[in-house]
Amino acid sequence: MAYSNKVIDHYENPRNVGSFGKGEEGVATGMVGAPACGDVMKLQIKVNKDGVIEDAKFKTYGCGSAIASSSLVTEWVKGKTVDEAATIRNTQIAEELALPPVKIHCSILAEDAIKAAIADYRKKYGASDVPAEKKAAD
Amino acid sequence: MERKPIYLDYSATTPVDPRVAAKMIPWLTENFGNPASRSHAFGWEAEEAVENARAEVAKLVNCDPKEIIWTSGATESDNLALKGAAHFYKTKGKHLVTMKTEHKAVLDTMRELEREGFEVTYLDPEPNGLLDLAKLQAALRPDTIVVSIMLVNNEIGVIQPIAEIGEILRAKGIVFHVDAAQATGKVAIDLEKLKVDLMSFSAHKTYGPKGIGALYVRRRPRVRLEPQVHGGGHERGLRSGTLPTHQIVGMGEAFRLARLEMATENERIRMLRDKLLAGIQGMEEVYVNGDLEHRVPHNLNVSFNFVEGESLIMGVKELAVSSGSACTSASLEPSYVLRALGRNDELAHSSIRFTLGRFTTPEDIDFAVKLIRERIAKLREMSPLWEMYKDGVDLSTVQWAAH
Repeated sequence: MAYSNKVIDHYENPRNVGSFGKGEEGVATGMVGAPACGDVMKLQIKVNKDGVIEDAKFKTYGCGSAIASSSLVTEWVKGKTVDEAATIRNTQIAEELALPPVKIHCSILAEDAIKAAIADYRKKYGASDVPAEKKAAD
Repeated sequence: MERKPIYLDYSATTPVDPRVAAKMIPWLTENFGNPASRSHAFGWEAEEAVENARAEVAKLVNCDPKEIIWTSGATESDNLALKGAAHFYKTKGKHLVTMKTEHKAVLDTMRELEREGFEVTYLDPEPNGLLDLAKLQAALRPDTIVVSIMLVNNEIGVIQPIAEIGEILRAKGIVFHVDAAQATGKVAIDLEKLKVDLMSFSAHKTYGPKGIGALYVRRRPRVRLEPQVHGGGHERGLRSGTLPTHQIVGMGEAFRLARLEMATENERIRMLRDKLLAGIQGMEEVYVNGDLEHRVPHNLNVSFNFVEGESLIMGVKELAVSSGSACTSASLEPSYVLRALGRNDELAHSSIRFTLGRFTTPEDIDFAVKLIRERIAKLREMSPLWEMYKDGVDLSTVQWAAH
């Protein structure tokens, strides 16, 4: 199967591979997928006091497109507020990486991973996203 | 283009041996006659070449040349054998037996026969890939007419106990078909001794050209088939169609070379395969799929736990190998052969099939081992499953959010 150059680049030079130390302040984790389906993504975000994602890390078991999708989203979420990160859509990921139709599920999984990490953040740290919600209402 | 990867996919296909190609060429250009032309020298010499090739194929498997029918390849041979025998013997019964690990050319033909009203039993292999003879015995019924079991499995390379199966089936008068596409030149085949009634062959797995194969049809005791391709009545009416002389000459020469060289060639390849195995066996969480004893020398099928098959293939792109997993063909199903062995999802998704051959060198294997070790380590560094395993998490107890 022919991969796009961007997928190959992320696969060969993945950004932000790794995990944060256990118990590190502001860290939230999203783990999605299943080995049975051939993809598991773990996405971690580290959020500062202002609700901004200052760092992100991933580990992915899956095909090249799954690895590239998760590598890409770690780049995208960095510097965004939690609420801004929540607006990332799989279609943007698929478009950026030029994923073929059979690999669209990889981008969906990456979007799910962001949502899962954000849900974990909100569960752990409560409604620290109040300012952002106010912003959304404006 | 970068330099080509190292070819370790000889079970997918082999290059045509240059000696074979050289023999074929005159039959395309100068000696182009139709072997069925009886009225001039062009036809006569083509017919002689076809019969010489038929004799070479027969010699490799120790049968009468009259028992060899040319086809377009093993897929057609499987179709002719199974549909041909089922249709001919349908008044005797309507039950057929095969294994879940057969090639699709057999499995899909069986599905077609089911649509026509036949009943098929698909036997599970043992965890090592081999057929348990007691399970075969138990599956046979008074109305069983055909059993089809492959000699060498294309994914895991295991050798089925064909001699023993033949004894069981002959005693019951059941037609026995064997797909031997992956076996020629790798295991000795003696059809004088084996109680096999129909056997499928392919040229391109044995350094011959693509597009040519053969079906062995036993004469004593005689096995009858309904032809599936109708026309000019070639091949004793069993398979009509103008014979492709150059292809046939190529298959004959390829099988002649296999007969002469297989003993030494297989020892050389076995040493390389064992070198490859030794090189990767020291790694953690590596599993060989299929029995290592009852196995052709050129096959190694390995699962690298916690690394997904497609990214694995991509990670070792300097090697031309195939994934046991069918992910590469855009289906997300893991290998049905590995699933039939009872491998769990992670292992079934994490396999690579290495198949070595005539032109594989020790340097190729050294390069492959070094590359595999490096890339697997890198992919595992990236794998959340590897991390969980290292943290002592039992993955089978995890509640996955399936998608």
